[in-house]
Amino acid sequence: MIAELGLLALITALIFSLLILALPMMSYFYPACPWQRAIIFYVYAEYFSVLFSYISLMICFLNNDFSVIYVLNNSSTALPFFYKFCAVWGGHEGSMLLWVVILSTWMSLVCRFSRSLDEAFRFKVLMVMAALNIGFILFIIATSNPFLRQFEIIKTLGRDLNPLLQDIGFLFHPPMLYMGYVGFSVAFAFAISSLWQGEMHESWVKWTRPWTLAAWSCLTAGITLGSWWAYRELGWGGFWFWDPVENASFMPWLTGTALIHSMASCEKNAQFRSWTLLMAIMAFSLSLVGAFLVRSGVLTSVHAFAVDPKRGLYILLFLSVVIGGSFLLFAWRGSSLISSELQHQKHPSHHEKKPIKYIFSRESALFLNNLLLVVAMLTILLGTIYPLLIDGLGLGKLSVGAPYFNKLVSPIFILSLMVMGFAVHLRWQGDALFLLIRKLRGYILIAVLGPAVISLYFQSIPSLAVYLGLTSGFWVVLSTAHWVLTKIQEGLKIKQGLYGMVIAHLGVAITMIGIAVSTGFGVQKDLKMAPQDMTVIAGYQVRFMNERPLKGPNYQGTRAEFLVSKAQYQAYVYPEKRLYDIGQMAMTEAAVSMTFFRDIYIAMGEPLSDEAWSVRVYYKPLVRWIWGGGFLIMFGAFIAMTDLRYYSKSLKSLKSLVSVEP
Amino acid sequence: MLVLVSFAIGLLVYALRQNISLFYTPSEVLNHQAPPGRLIRLGGMVVPGSVIRSSNDLSLQFDLTDYHAQITVAYTGILPNLFREGSGVVVQGKDDGSKVFHADEVLAKHDENYMPRELKDLKKS
Repeated sequence: MIAELGLLALITALIFSLLILALPMMSYFYPACPWQRAIIFYVYAEYFSVLFSYISLMICFLNNDFSVIYVLNNSSTALPFFYKFCAVWGGHEGSMLLWVVILSTWMSLVCRFSRSLDEAFRFKVLMVMAALNIGFILFIIATSNPFLRQFEIIKTLGRDLNPLLQDIGFLFHPPMLYMGYVGFSVAFAFAISSLWQGEMHESWVKWTRPWTLAAWSCLTAGITLGSWWAYRELGWGGFWFWDPVENASFMPWLTGTALIHSMASCEKNAQFRSWTLLMAIMAFSLSLVGAFLVRSGVLTSVHAFAVDPKRGLYILLFLSVVIGGSFLLFAWRGSSLISSELQHQKHPSHHEKKPIKYIFSRESALFLNNLLLVVAMLTILLGTIYPLLIDGLGLGKLSVGAPYFNKLVSPIFILSLMVMGFAVHLRWQGDALFLLIRKLRGYILIAVLGPAVISLYFQSIPSLAVYLGLTSGFWVVLSTAHWVLTKIQEGLKIKQGLYGMVIAHLGVAITMIGIAVSTGFGVQKDLKMAPQDMTVIAGYQVRFMNERPLKGPNYQGTRAEFLVSKAQYQAYVYPEKRLYDIGQMAMTEAAVSMTFFRDIYIAMGEPLSDEAWSVRVYYKPLVRWIWGGGFLIMFGAFIAMTDLRYYSKSLKSLKSLVSVEP
Repeated sequence: MLVLVSFAIGLLVYALRQNISLFYTPSEVLNHQAPPGRLIRLGGMVVPGSVIRSSNDLSLQFDLTDYHAQITVAYTGILPNLFREGSGVVVQGKDDGSKVFHADEVLAKHDENYMPRELKDLKKS
C-alpha cells in the first residue's frame, strides 16, 4: 500500500512540474490571465509530493517490505536500522529518487528566496528547474521505478545492502555529492533564463553566487567524504584511484571552481560575463554526464548499479536535449549578449577605465586560473572517455591508467597553486608583479627550501612532482597568511567573502601538502604475518598479537589485534576480515592508528597456511591533511556564502561587492 | 593560438598513448599478439584448483583461461577480496615472452554482479 502511495505521489509531482512549465506558456497566449502566479504554489506542492514519495520508500525499507523489488535487492532483516536509511539510496532507483528530492528542494528554496527578482525572470528560472524535474521523474517512472513489486519470493531475508556501502562514510557521501551536483542546476537555470531573456542583469552574479557557493561547498564535502570512505573501506589505503566515477565528480568540481572564480571577476568586469554563463552551463552539464554515465553502467565501476539498454537510451536522449539544447542556446544568444556588453563598454558609465599599465592583475590571474582549471577538466575528460570512444569505434579494449592522470594533472595543479599565491596580492586593473616578487621574496625562498628540510626529516629523496607540490603548498600558505596579516595590521576590515576565500585557499594548500607528503614519503609493506610476528615500519614496531572469531549482525569473520608502538607511544588496533552472510562477500575492515601527523594503517589480506595472514601495513604521514584540507575548502565556501552583501536588495551594495579591495 | 592549442592536444594524446594498457585474452598472449615489454591487461577466469601459494612469502601463481587456452600468472602480494577460483579477474603486467605472465596488479570484480567490461564479452561468447 505504502509503495503504491509513493508511486502515486511521484506521479502527482510530475503533474505539478508539468503545470509549472505549462502555465507561464499559456499566459503567452492569454496575457491577461493571472494563472501563472499559481506556479509558486505548484513548486511547493511538487516538493511535498516528492518528499512524500521518498518517505514512502524509506518506510518500505524500515518495514522490511521485501515484496518491493528494490527493497529486496538492497536490504535485509539483519541490516542495522541506520543502514536502512542509507540503503534507500544504495541502489540505482533510490538514488535517482534522492536526486529528484534534492532538485525539488533547491527549486523550492530558489522559489522562496527569489521574491525580489523580476517576475518574468523568476518564472523562467523556475520553469527551467521544473523541466529538469520532469526529465528525471519521467526517467524514474519509465525505466527505474523503485516501487515495483514482485510476489514470487515471499519468505526471504532480503539480499542485503552491498557490504562496501555499509559504512558511516556512506551515510553522508551520496547526499552531499548530489546536493552539489544538483545545486549547480540553480546557476544553470539562471544562465539559461538569461540567455532566453536575451539580457544579463547586473544582479545576475549577485543572485547566483551564494547558490553556486552552496552547491560547490556540498560537492567538495561529498568528494572529500568519498575519498575518506575509499581509504577506509576499499581496504588498500588509497585516497584517489582515478576511477571513472571519481573523475565524474571531479570534473564538475573543477568547472564549479572555475565558475565561482569567474563570477568574482564578473562582478568587476563585464568581459567575463559570457564566459561565466558558459561555465554555469558546463558545470551542470558535467554533473549530469557524471551522475548519468556512471549510473547507466557505461563506465563500469563500484558505482555502476545496473546495465539496462532502455535506461542508456533515455539517458543519452536526455543528455543531448539538455546539454545540446543549452549549448545551442548559448551559441545563438550568447553572441548577442557579448555585443550588448561591447556597446556597454563603449559608453562607460560607472566603470571608470584606467589605462592598462600592467599585464598582471587580479583579472588576468583569475583568467589564468579559469584556463588552468578548464584544461585540467578537459584532460580528465579525455582520459575518462577515451576507452569508451575506442571501444565504441571497435578499435580494441583498453584502459587509461592512473599514471596518465598523475603525470598530466599534477603539473596543472602545481601551476594553479603557484598562481594562486600571487593572485591574492594582485590588485584589480593591474599590478606590478616585479614589485610583488620583491616584497615576497623571503616567502618564496622558504617555499623553495622548505621541502628540502622535510625530505631531510624523512631521510628520503622525493620525486620532482612531490617536491614542487610541497613548494606550491607552502607558497600558498605563506603568501595567504602574509596577506591576511598585512590587512589586519593596516586595520582594514576583511569582508566575510574574503575570509572564506582565505580559508578555502589554505584548504587547497593543506590538501596539496597532505597528498605530496603521504604519497612521497609514505611506506607500504605487504607481508606474511602469524600471531606474535613483528615488523618495523618507519620506526614503529607493529606486532600481530592474536586473532579471534568475530560475529556481527549480518556478517562473520576474524578480528585481529595489533600493537603499534614507538618509545612511549602505544596503540592497539583491530583490523577485521568480514564475510557477509548474504552474497558471501568478503570485506577488509582496515584499522588505523592515527595522530594528527601520521597514520599507521593495517589491513588483513587473506588467511594463508598455519595461522599466518597476508597483511598490508602502511605508514602514511600527513594523510589526514588531505581530508582536513577538503573540509576547510568546504567551510571557506560556506563562510563566503554567508557574506551579507549578496542578500541586500539595493544595487549599491552590489557596487560595494565590486570594490572589495582598494 | 591555433598552433598552441593543437600543440597542447598533440601533447595530451601522446601522453595518453603512453599510458594506456590494452586488453588481451590468454589465447592472444600465448600467440604473442600482445606487444612485448608494454603494460597490458590480461583477463580471464581463474581455473579452479590452480592457485598455488608459496610457503614463505606472499608469492603465488594461478591459471587463467578464456575457455580456449590457459596461461599461468605469477604474482606477489595481496589478492583483492573478490578474487575467487572460478570467477573472473583482470591482471596487469608486461608480457616478457615466457610461458608465465608476471602480473604486478590483480584487479577483481567489485561485487557479485560486477564484471570488468572486458570480460563481459568473453563470457557471452
